[in-house]
Amino acid sequence: MSFAEIPEGAAALPSVRPRPAALGLRGALLFAAVAGAIVLSGVMQGWNTALLILNFGLVSAIMSLGVNLQWGFAGLFNIGVMGFVALGGLAAVLVGMPPTQAAVAAGGWRMLLALAVGAGVIAGGVLAWRRTRSGLLTAAILVAGFYLFRALFDPAVAAIEAVNPARTGYLGGLGWPVILAWPIGGLLAAAAAWLIGKTALGLRSDYLAIATLGIAEIVIAVLKNEDWLARGVKNVVGLPRPVPYEVQLQADAGFVERAAGLGLDPVTASTLWVKVLYAGLFAAVLAVLLILAQLALNSPWGRMVRAIRDNETAAEAMGKNVTRRHLQIFVLGSAILGVAGAMMTTLDGQLTPTAYQPLRFTFLVWVMVIVGGSGNNWGAVLGGFVIWILWVQVEPVALWAVSAMTENMDPGFLRDRLIESAAHMRLLTMGIVMLLVLRFAPKGLIPER
Amino acid sequence: MEILNALVVTANFVIVPALAYGAQLALGALGVTLVFGILRFSNFAHGDTMAFGAMATILATWGLQTLGVSLGPVPTAILALPAGIAAAALLLLATDRGVYRFYRRKRVAPIVLVIVSMGVMFVLNGLVRLIIGVDDIRFDDGARFLIRARDFRDATGLDEGLAIRTAQVVTIVVAGIAVALLFWFLNRTRTGKSMRAYSDNEDLALLSGIDPERVVRITWLIVAALATVAGVLYGLDKSFKPFTYFQLLLPIFAAAIVGGLGNPLGAVVGGFVIAFSEVAITYPWKKVVNYLLPGEAEVSGLLQLLSTDYKFAVSFVILIVILLFRPTGLFKGQSS
Repeated sequence: MSFAEIPEGAAALPSVRPRPAALGLRGALLFAAVAGAIVLSGVMQGWNTALLILNFGLVSAIMSLGVNLQWGFAGLFNIGVMGFVALGGLAAVLVGMPPTQAAVAAGGWRMLLALAVGAGVIAGGVLAWRRTRSGLLTAAILVAGFYLFRALFDPAVAAIEAVNPARTGYLGGLGWPVILAWPIGGLLAAAAAWLIGKTALGLRSDYLAIATLGIAEIVIAVLKNEDWLARGVKNVVGLPRPVPYEVQLQADAGFVERAAGLGLDPVTASTLWVKVLYAGLFAAVLAVLLILAQLALNSPWGRMVRAIRDNETAAEAMGKNVTRRHLQIFVLGSAILGVAGAMMTTLDGQLTPTAYQPLRFTFLVWVMVIVGGSGNNWGAVLGGFVIWILWVQVEPVALWAVSAMTENMDPGFLRDRLIESAAHMRLLTMGIVMLLVLRFAPKGLIPER
Repeated sequence: MEILNALVVTANFVIVPALAYGAQLALGALGVTLVFGILRFSNFAHGDTMAFGAMATILATWGLQTLGVSLGPVPTAILALPAGIAAAALLLLATDRGVYRFYRRKRVAPIVLVIVSMGVMFVLNGLVRLIIGVDDIRFDDGARFLIRARDFRDATGLDEGLAIRTAQVVTIVVAGIAVALLFWFLNRTRTGKSMRAYSDNEDLALLSGIDPERVVRITWLIVAALATVAGVLYGLDKSFKPFTYFQLLLPIFAAAIVGGLGNPLGAVVGGFVIAFSEVAITYPWKKVVNYLLPGEAEVSGLLQLLSTDYKFAVSFVILIVILLFRPTGLFKGQSS
């Protein structure tokens, strides 16, 4: 995206090229460098670490793809990434975990009724406002509806949370294969994005940013506080896996034999193999999404979206429905974020609401898109890997550098402080990298064109 | 008597805390609104600027404490404020010189500056963590309470006590002085007037010979002062933790937008609107209502509309409602 040259509302004609940039030689070399970095980490830090970096890199690349769709191709400023990622994580719990039968019996249906009433009240309020434009009536419906909702909701919550609170205390999930959570996480995020988009997409870009920032905080607050839903800060642990467990592999005579054939002991081989399987699944999802994104953006639809981004007024004058396209792409991008969120929670094996920090889950993804090259899918994917590797490796590298520097220092306050400070180098590095790229290579590592 | 008790409970748990919180938000929102008015972008690094100023003040406070300097009942941090402001001012001027000026000269779209401010946010956040760490820090020395709940009960003979903490009074007094100074500066001095002129109509201001770089520099100086004061007051009232300052961004922006971005008076009003709504909606009104109900009648529930953890939802809903129905805010702000 050539945001540096085209001021907002400029009268220049949209410069639409028939085809967004392909990978190119420069891109291929950069991807080779990423592969080299992962291999280097494998040699120096062990292959388990390297595979973990690869897996999180794949998830980061998918998140980056989602933000790139919204910002790079449509110019939508979404800084509520964390919220959609967390909704995907919630889907992993709601789909993968077995249902808590007693809790469902105690309050499951009442809870569903309460939620339905809550949704109905909001719909009724919106309808009343649209039909009558009477603020008083709308407010009356909303206030009365709120008390009705609470009257149904509170006892249901109490009933559900009373069921074995130390171990469950929540409704549990559907008990389906956890891999289904990935598309369902996407759907959940898409539904939320549709609701937000309906209300907030008409706003100016920085207002939309604040609105999405708020939505993300609210999603996290819900995850932290609604224990009946996903146990809140008590966390849901032990999510089922789409791949076999290490102990199963170690008990499998065939696997142990194959591992021995490669000269590996069964424990190491099993941990590696599990990560390789995850990497395979993640790479498949990334490949499918990348192909879909490239196809979509080479299509007339993709050209239209970019035309809208470059000059909204002109596109509107050509009869393009700007609002609908924006809503569409906001929902699609958020769905990708939801898928990535579900994948990440599956990989973690647990849902930890307190782990969702905006700097890590929203702004870091933005750094990925900016550094990789907004408006270019390959760039976004590359940015996902590069920034993730940097994020993971800054700390050990800084620690190593500081240790080397302070080796001959007397033990004392300054030395302790320096060693401690190495742990905080991450954010500083990310900021400096982002500022440098914005200043000297505003189109990113693989530019759009 | 019952009505007085209800009033005291309300004052104790709603009015006094909301006044203090509102003053802090107002100062934060003033900084955001000034940057928007003069530099024309939403500064996402503002929360971390507040954290940086507060951090510098805390370091200076520790220095003063080791020297044995103290203000008696008033927190030492107030004495250290100028040092914190100076540090924040240096930082912001350096950021402008090193980062923002380049984009200003290129006349980039405002959204690019917003993204750039995200980068600055990362850097500042990292700096603060690097220098002072991530732990909770309390630095409110001096007397903790101005009025203790028990003393109030004994003095008035009421059942309910009213506690007023020193930090709350200091917040309101300092914020009042800061806002008064700012408005005097903007409305009465030549420089302030040139700032307002620049904010209202850039081209006209340039034509009449106003130096834009000077206006920008002075804006950053004022923003540094406002952000540091806001950060220190918030830290005195609650505690200093770098991460909470980032989270303040949402209510601060909500306050600035509710009041009308670019409008200083609006920012102040917006701060109090957000603070009072947040506190009132998350406060359990049971006690107050029970005092007001005649005879022995009592309500059973807590009468708490939302749990305190959803305070973000309050600023968010107010923000959305204002944006949908009155996009320029309560007071006319800039729409560009």
